[in-house]
Amino acid sequence: MSALTSLDFWAFVGVIAGIYTIFALGLQVQFGFTGLMNFGHVAFMAISAYTMAILVVKVGLPLGLAALAAVVAGILFGLVVGLPSLRLRADYFAITTIAFAEIVRHVALNWDALTGGSQGTIALAGPLQAASYNTAWVDFQTRVGGWLSPILGEDPNKDLVMLFIVWAAALVLLVLVQYVIKSPWGRVLKAVREDEDAAAALGKNVFSYKLQSLALGAGLGAVAGLFYAFQFSFFSPNDFEPLTTFFAWTIVILGGTARNWAVPVGAVIFGIIFAGTRFFEFAPFTLFDSPERAYLRLVIIGLILIALMAFRPQGLLGKREDLVFE
Amino acid sequence: MKELVQLLANGVVSGSIIALAAVGISLVYGILRIVNFAHGDYLAFGAFAALLVNVTWGGSMVLATVFAVLATAALSIALELVLWRPMRRKGAGVFTLFVTGIGLALVLRHLLFLVATAEQRRYDVDVFQVYDIGGIRLSQSQLIGVGLSLVSLLLIALLLARSSIGKAMRAVSDDVDLAAIAGVNVDRIVLFTWILAGALAGLGGVLAGLLQSAFDPNVGFVLLLPVFAAVVLGGIGSAYGALVGGVGLGIAMELSTWDALAGGLSPVWKPVVAFAVLTAVLLFRPQGLFGRAATL
Repeated sequence: MSALTSLDFWAFVGVIAGIYTIFALGLQVQFGFTGLMNFGHVAFMAISAYTMAILVVKVGLPLGLAALAAVVAGILFGLVVGLPSLRLRADYFAITTIAFAEIVRHVALNWDALTGGSQGTIALAGPLQAASYNTAWVDFQTRVGGWLSPILGEDPNKDLVMLFIVWAAALVLLVLVQYVIKSPWGRVLKAVREDEDAAAALGKNVFSYKLQSLALGAGLGAVAGLFYAFQFSFFSPNDFEPLTTFFAWTIVILGGTARNWAVPVGAVIFGIIFAGTRFFEFAPFTLFDSPERAYLRLVIIGLILIALMAFRPQGLLGKREDLVFE
Repeated sequence: MKELVQLLANGVVSGSIIALAAVGISLVYGILRIVNFAHGDYLAFGAFAALLVNVTWGGSMVLATVFAVLATAALSIALELVLWRPMRRKGAGVFTLFVTGIGLALVLRHLLFLVATAEQRRYDVDVFQVYDIGGIRLSQSQLIGVGLSLVSLLLIALLLARSSIGKAMRAVSDDVDLAAIAGVNVDRIVLFTWILAGALAGLGGVLAGLLQSAFDPNVGFVLLLPVFAAVVLGGIGSAYGALVGGVGLGIAMELSTWDALAGGLSPVWKPVVAFAVLTAVLLFRPQGLFGRAATL
């Protein structure tokens, strides 16, 4: 039982939940508020993480600038994905977005000279030297740890400091999205979701609004990509499998469609399941060894998705009338 | 020239297996409006059912294939009865069914990982037997694969075009209510469609496992996205479109490695070629090659 009472465990769960809150918030904007079935969300995370790492290691840009460029790159890629695919029917759009995300992953996997290939970012500077993109981040984190020392004590756990940084960012972004959704612009998004023809009849450029929503969501996915890269201090194309997109869907659907504040709720539940394999060392989990628990965790996520679709498709906190495509 | 013919032959081989899975997905979509994301894992189930007979029990590959086809068809019916039918009765829409498919895919694949582990498997077959047909060199597995899939696809095409059940399937696909009024037993057609899709997935899984030198429970999922590309390329719901889309993609992927085409791409880029072809086609024909614009 020690895992459940350990601060390290909950700090890790909290960091995962925070990063996925930001990631899934992008999907909430796209799907929950606009009705876009984006199943390639992980692409924005990948583009941003790789842009940042490459600019720092290969170009020598300062981290802040590289991070800014990374978010811009994520948004631009959102536009690239949207321009050809947003005119498609919902199910075609879903499959086309997965295709775009898989193209990104395959490029990261096979363009060794640019991305380090299957070895990941460690090979960014060439095969013989280990590259690191986050020395500046570690410094920053140490400094923040210093500011927080009145609360956390001297020399706090790395995950604890990250917990504060990620959730500060997540809260700011949640408030921002809440504000944007309540604005006239956000109301048009909902109108597009409910009835495209009606929105178009009122003179709204439906395509343009969809594209803007996709780009905003892409930007949020890109920010999540940065935190993902910082937290794990190394990543490879395997981190950006379609599975990661399905995790974001699980969070949005679990929390509740078209409910901003449901995203962190879904993300925390997801974080516990996600981190559970590392720490749940008591019965009945001890019946399975560690790789088996990794599979079991995905079986559980699959069962949650099916059960939600069967019994509560609007999610725990969602409203039935906000559910699209029913 | 010789290289071109060889690449075309390889393309038809891999494309016909993609088509086998794509036709199954398209039939299910046409009748039920389900984009079955778990179809790739039906394939993996088939591949491992055959492994059980061929390796664990030491049976022949023919027996293993028959067993895999029957077992996957049974799985397909079972899932219709416990999952898909109840979901439809609740009035689930496109999105709900799509996400249900993703959940089912996660469950099936990782149960398979739990039971069969991530170990790389191979069937007990002679992988070194190669035939030379007019200068085209194909392995025994490739020949069996392309032969079985082309025969199956031909039978499906005949079934849809000529048999009364095929006509009923097309009628349900066009308009469920109208077909029901005309006396078509829709529940029977739905079950038959799942049997057909499951059987095709079982066969496709065995052939995919046969053509790869080794496979693990991801065998179906890695194939799923090229298969979806084929389905969308042909136009979702059009079985003939899926056939053309599958073989077309197979050929496009092989040809991309041709030296004469600006030196040719490395084979690692094949999936990217498939997705790029898909995106390019949808730019000009948003409903896919054989899809009906009216359903947009």
